Amino acid sequence: MKRKPILGKGAVLAGFLLLTGIAKAQTADDALMMGKKQWCNGLTYTYSSWTNYWEGTLKRDNLNLGKVTTQSVMLMSNYGITNKLNLIVGLPYVWTNASAGTLHGLKGIQDIMVDLKYEFLKSKVGKEGRISLFGVAGFSTPLSNYENDFLPMSIGIGSTTASLRLTADYQKGIFFTTLSGDYVFRGDVSVERTAYYSDSYHQTSNAYVPNQLLSNLFVGIRKPNLVVQAQVYNMYTFGGTDIRRNDMPFVSNQMNMTTVGAHVKYFLPFLPSLQVVGGADFVVAGRNVGQAQIYNGGLYYIVSL
Amino acid sequence: MKNKLFAWTALIGLILTTASCKKDTSDRTASLPALSATSQDLTAGNWRLILLSRPDSFAVNAPVPTTSPLYAADINEIKALQKNLTGEQAGSIQYWAAGGVLRWNEIMRGLVAKYNLPPVQNADGTYPIPSAANPLAYPLFPFTNPPYAARAYGYVAAAQYDALVACWYYKTKYNRIAPYNADSNVHALYVNKTDLPSYPSEAAVLAGVTAEMMKLLFPGEIASIQARLEEQELATIASGAATRTDITAGEALGRQVAELFIARARGDNAGKAVGTPDDWANFETVCISQGLTPWYSLETPKRPPMLPLFYRVKPFLFDSATVVSLRPDPPPPVGSDQMNKEVAEVKGFSDNPTRDHIRMVTYWADGVGTYTPPGHWNAIAAEDFVKQNWSEVRMARNFALLNMTLMDAAIVCWDIKYHFFNPRPSQVNAAVKTLTGVPNFPAYVSGHSVFSGSAATILGYILPSQASKYQSMAAEAAMSRLVGGIHYRTDCEVGITVGNNVGHYAVLRAENDGAN
Repeated sequence: MKRKPILGKGAVLAGFLLLTGIAKAQTADDALMMGKKQWCNGLTYTYSSWTNYWEGTLKRDNLNLGKVTTQSVMLMSNYGITNKLNLIVGLPYVWTNASAGTLHGLKGIQDIMVDLKYEFLKSKVGKEGRISLFGVAGFSTPLSNYENDFLPMSIGIGSTTASLRLTADYQKGIFFTTLSGDYVFRGDVSVERTAYYSDSYHQTSNAYVPNQLLSNLFVGIRKPNLVVQAQVYNMYTFGGTDIRRNDMPFVSNQMNMTTVGAHVKYFLPFLPSLQVVGGADFVVAGRNVGQAQIYNGGLYYIVSL
Repeated sequence: MKNKLFAWTALIGLILTTASCKKDTSDRTASLPALSATSQDLTAGNWRLILLSRPDSFAVNAPVPTTSPLYAADINEIKALQKNLTGEQAGSIQYWAAGGVLRWNEIMRGLVAKYNLPPVQNADGTYPIPSAANPLAYPLFPFTNPPYAARAYGYVAAAQYDALVACWYYKTKYNRIAPYNADSNVHALYVNKTDLPSYPSEAAVLAGVTAEMMKLLFPGEIASIQARLEEQELATIASGAATRTDITAGEALGRQVAELFIARARGDNAGKAVGTPDDWANFETVCISQGLTPWYSLETPKRPPMLPLFYRVKPFLFDSATVVSLRPDPPPPVGSDQMNKEVAEVKGFSDNPTRDHIRMVTYWADGVGTYTPPGHWNAIAAEDFVKQNWSEVRMARNFALLNMTLMDAAIVCWDIKYHFFNPRPSQVNAAVKTLTGVPNFPAYVSGHSVFSGSAATILGYILPSQASKYQSMAAEAAMSRLVGGIHYRTDCEVGITVGNNVGHYAVLRAENDGAN
């Protein structure tokens, strides 16, 4: 039974104007698998904050929000059903705060995320190279009835999602690169109001939530006890509305962003079942999202059943 | 292989699950049935008018005889339209057939929501003021904040009512048979056939009066409103309910009635409601001179108070002296035991928001980007009104009663707010966090409470079977402001009482307007 390192479900990309849905785990988007009957559990803490945000394409600050922070603790569990099929479950608790103005932060259990990850191809390329292909079927749904119509203080948008991810990984020696794309079907949501204005007036409590494509590219080194990677992450929303000038954000907004960052994970030499993860990501471009800085760290413990 | 099968089954299952989460995001009134009035209210031409001195203040000439070639041409136009009706035209007939008063009320609510965005500050920390002369330049005119919106709803509804009373006067005077009754080859398409005389067309009266009012209230929307007018008029002709002649006469009458209301609006002091920096400073000075704590804007940079001189606007249901007479006792002063208790109560709610409190606050927030509390009460009323099978003129009468009430409630509320100039809870105790934005005007009394109390009173008169529902909705709207952290209990409780008092004036009018 080989033990394979994992990255924690740490990149809850919290703290954009919205933080759910985009919270795809690194375990789901990386190229690593738990071996059969290996079970990994852990916690990741994420701190995200922004002062500037994009109102549509216009970058601005808001003195009545100041710095908006979103913090979360994600409980993550990854089980190796077989060497090639992993079940990954994540459950975050999220809380928000604005440093200026009067708006009240909100807190609560957010969306449970369930991913089935399948490695359907692994083959040698050349002398030292190896290519692997993965498919991930994901599902997420709110686990509490949190308020989704008080953005940016809401902890999520309340959408139930299903997603399909394809990941290709190439490793040569200790160097690797991973390319991954995730199409996310996002269900529409109900809001508390009976009418709202997005890009037009809607006399309904149901609000459109557009689908998304999440893409990421990792480049780095991968050794049995250490992974260090630089990464670019992109979230593209298919349609949706822009925040109007000086309006509040809304669940139907087109939320796009690109982040760059670096992540590390490390198995402690004296306690090889324990994995420490950490990372930082920075939003470098966006639309209807906060220009967030995101830091996270986590601890995971692997047992063999 | 087994794994693969499992994975694919799971995936397809998940996608189907999510696909089923795609809800119906179309409007709840999109497929209302065609209006089916139980009474045509043929005596409505005698109902009490608001501004017009007589129902025939504006002359409408007798229609050409049905034997004339012009009439035959009108009928032929309908036949041609009905023969070549497009799917889009059919949809448009069905849309307007639910009722023109209802549809224009919905359009108004949409416009209020569209324009209800506070201007962003200038680089120097001052705030630009929207200009009616240049409505499409930023900041867009108008900023449809609650008092502006209340007045806009009020004027449009009042003008529609007077215009329809005049319309009904001429309908019974000329008693012109509707085209679908006049010619067996003209069909009643997607509308219910009635014996209501068609000249002048009530649809065109509504379109004309509303479009004309919009020039004043939403000058940036003239083109879009004109398009809706043309859509409604064409739909009415194509439905077989009116001829081109009925339409032309109706639109002209509507526009003339609107002119009267526009003249009133230009002189009702609303244009001066923004005030000047001296006016703004004076509220503070007066408050301090009385030894009281003045209100300060909680926004950064501090925003001038919202329409502080709106209290001088001329009401519809009573005179300006009555506005002053509706003022309640002062709020407990900041620092008093009573006020300390009230602040502590707000702080308690703020510290421990329950899920149901958050729901209440969000449901009733009606803040930035919404149709405002007056719009919310129009939405509540509309939902019940459409079930009553009223004629257009009765629908207009009841919306006019509601919206004159809401406008006058705004005037009375603004009088109280700026007379007492009392601070918000978060000003008195910065630890009070709020579950919705803090409105940029003084606390006492709560605008939501006055609006809701007034609306519940007149709506309870109009639909007595729903009266207790409206009062409990009003009570929840009021309390949402307390548990949301933006009002003291006194603001809400006194606000409801003031609102009820305003509503009684509308009831007095309704009891004597000849419509019962």
